[in-house]
Amino acid sequence: MAKTKTDKILLAHGSGGKLAHDLIRSSFVPALNNPLLSQLDDAAVISHEGRLAFTTDSYVVQPIFFPGGDIGKLAVCGTVNDLAMVGARPLYLSLALIIEEGLPLADLERVVESIKETARVAGVSIVTGDTKVVNRGNADKLFINTAGIGAVSPGVDISGHNARPGDAVILSGPIGDHGIAVLSQREGMDFATGLKSDCAPLNSLVADMLAVSDRIHCLRDPTRGGLATTLNEIAEQSGVSIRINEEAIPVRDEVQSACEMLGLDPLYVANEGALVAMVDANDAGAIVERMKKNRYGQNAAVIGEVRKENPGRVVMKTGLGTTRIIDMLVGEPLPRIC
Amino acid sequence: MRLVSEFRQSELVGGLVQNIRRHAVKKARFMEFCGGHTVAIMKFGLRQLLPPSLTLTSGPGCPVCVTDNADLDKAIALAQLPDVIIATFGDMVRVPGSRSSLQEAKAGGGDVRIVYSTLDALALARENPGKSVVFVGVGFETTAPTVAASILQADREGLNNYYVLSLHKLCPPVIKALLDSGEVNLQGLICPGHVSAVIGSRPWEFIARDYGIPCVVSGFEPLDILQSIDMLSAQVAKGESRVEIAYRRGVTPDGNATAIKIMEQVFEPAPARWRGFGEVPGSGLSLRPEFQRFDAELNFDFDPGPTINEKGCLCGEVLRGVKIPPDCSLFRKACTPENPVGPCMVSSEGSCAAFYHYGENEDR
Amino acid sequence: MCLAIPAKITKIDGTDAEVEIGGIGRKASLMLTPEAQVGDYVLLHAGYAINIVDQKEAKETLAIFAEISQLMEQG
Repeated sequence: MAKTKTDKILLAHGSGGKLAHDLIRSSFVPALNNPLLSQLDDAAVISHEGRLAFTTDSYVVQPIFFPGGDIGKLAVCGTVNDLAMVGARPLYLSLALIIEEGLPLADLERVVESIKETARVAGVSIVTGDTKVVNRGNADKLFINTAGIGAVSPGVDISGHNARPGDAVILSGPIGDHGIAVLSQREGMDFATGLKSDCAPLNSLVADMLAVSDRIHCLRDPTRGGLATTLNEIAEQSGVSIRINEEAIPVRDEVQSACEMLGLDPLYVANEGALVAMVDANDAGAIVERMKKNRYGQNAAVIGEVRKENPGRVVMKTGLGTTRIIDMLVGEPLPRIC
Repeated sequence: MRLVSEFRQSELVGGLVQNIRRHAVKKARFMEFCGGHTVAIMKFGLRQLLPPSLTLTSGPGCPVCVTDNADLDKAIALAQLPDVIIATFGDMVRVPGSRSSLQEAKAGGGDVRIVYSTLDALALARENPGKSVVFVGVGFETTAPTVAASILQADREGLNNYYVLSLHKLCPPVIKALLDSGEVNLQGLICPGHVSAVIGSRPWEFIARDYGIPCVVSGFEPLDILQSIDMLSAQVAKGESRVEIAYRRGVTPDGNATAIKIMEQVFEPAPARWRGFGEVPGSGLSLRPEFQRFDAELNFDFDPGPTINEKGCLCGEVLRGVKIPPDCSLFRKACTPENPVGPCMVSSEGSCAAFYHYGENEDR
Repeated sequence: MCLAIPAKITKIDGTDAEVEIGGIGRKASLMLTPEAQVGDYVLLHAGYAINIVDQKEAKETLAIFAEISQLMEQG
């Protein structure tokens, strides 16, 4: 049978037959090259002693390519970061793709390349995977699921339940970049900006922080729902209140402007390369200094404190010195004209 | 940001606050008509800076909140038609109508797209010649001229698949209805700054003249609002009632003649239903007969179904300033931001949403 | 009903313009403010310039605030 060179993903690519095998061998394996993946067994067999962290996430971002990243980079960073947020050292990822029939092969290869590069920067291996193809219209170009395993060193206990009154609240960098960068590409929004998504693997940043202090109580990355939602989650989980200072929160001019124009609040806009930490106040200074030396923590700052009274509440001191309650996000932040 | 951050400088707040305290010796209730002012007051915690003699009450200036279920149902019915793309501002998407919402219509297969501008809706029409694009026209005199301009543009281009469902409303008639109802006792009105940028400050003169209520046209930054409250307090202290413009960089007495002309070229006043007020004559805008071919109401066969207004929902009274959200039996129980019953809870400017988020609030 | 922000006009082509707001660029329509010039600040609402910002008045308003502030410090 003559070999047909195809430039689009076809249903046959997902059916496990020759086309699927060719795709895996010619695209995925070389790109994500590692001994475990190359075995192409049904499962990867891994040896490990000690505690493991295990997480999974699915990625459905639209559009799949955006300034500063793409769905592939997002998929790796998202799972690497989830592991880092419990203080784990990310090791192995699984990668499952659900591809819409008709996706240009070039687009898929671009995403795979991005996955490869991000995995390399993060120091993780993709050891197992899966590919399915669905009929046109049944997946918005590409959906990705990743699961990740990481190693948790003895004595590390970082959790949303551990915030204590008196803790300092540290933010690693400017908020709102990812959400606004993606929004700028959406049809109907269409504004020009040099803004890039802040999508980044934060495991090296977390490792730096852990090297300086063993009194880091919580770590979380404020993704969907933004910083406001994340702080509310932690306040509720830990039974504490959190008070933040608007002036201390870094926000890029373009994010501020876009939010003003669209009636959005940066506190509720998604981030993919930022983290918030609740740490013993005595260690806060040293942690922030160390974070600033890491490329992903250059704008790190203490933005507030954890308190005992009014558990579950998040309050912000505005630039004017007044205070307001910061609630959790309800629904999606929709641009408005009012 | 130019011309924004300068009007948020915290160093300049103290002086204005002190002035307000000097002037506001008598107890007074001011209404901020416009939802945008409600949001700014909440966002910057301005109530915390005011002396106890002053109370601020929110008015019905939230075009989303005052959209009647019957009108919302029309938009939802249109969304369910085949080959129709609904283009709407984000504000409207989650508001519940009698049975559904635009968001639910979208989940049910309707093509509902959020746009920032009618310019984006026009682009949708050009890019989808086989479909009809219906723009849901919500908003007061700030927005109506932009929608009118889009219709003129569509006309110029010969676009035959662009339509507008006009739910636009006018401010002065509803303020008059509010004052005539005698339900609210006001000593001052903070007038909407961007509506006034279009229509000027003259349309508010009847309020000062016939009802003896001081009016100040205000901008939206915290210093602007504090300045306006100061100017109102000064008028009250002196027993005056005039219309003053605090927002001088954006508003003139006569407004923007071009914008007014374009609005009046395409739209004519018509009766409109306001949630909480019922029908207010001459308070809405409908497309003039010569622009009928752009009118979504006339060009589609759709059935909005019977109008149901949720019993117990006090949005109407809240909008008129006679009740506050905690007075409503549904508040926080059946009606929450996740499951809103009325628009005052859905809209980011709605009083109920504001009370829910900031209400028994402010940690001093 | 009122979300409008000051935007600086950077380019004009008939009634279409490009405006800049703190690093963000957007196209805008000048159909409602045909007399606007490059360099003017306009109030941008839903993609249209609804009025031209009077920069002189802006400066004067800020001067009034500054004066009130100084009087407070002295008084």
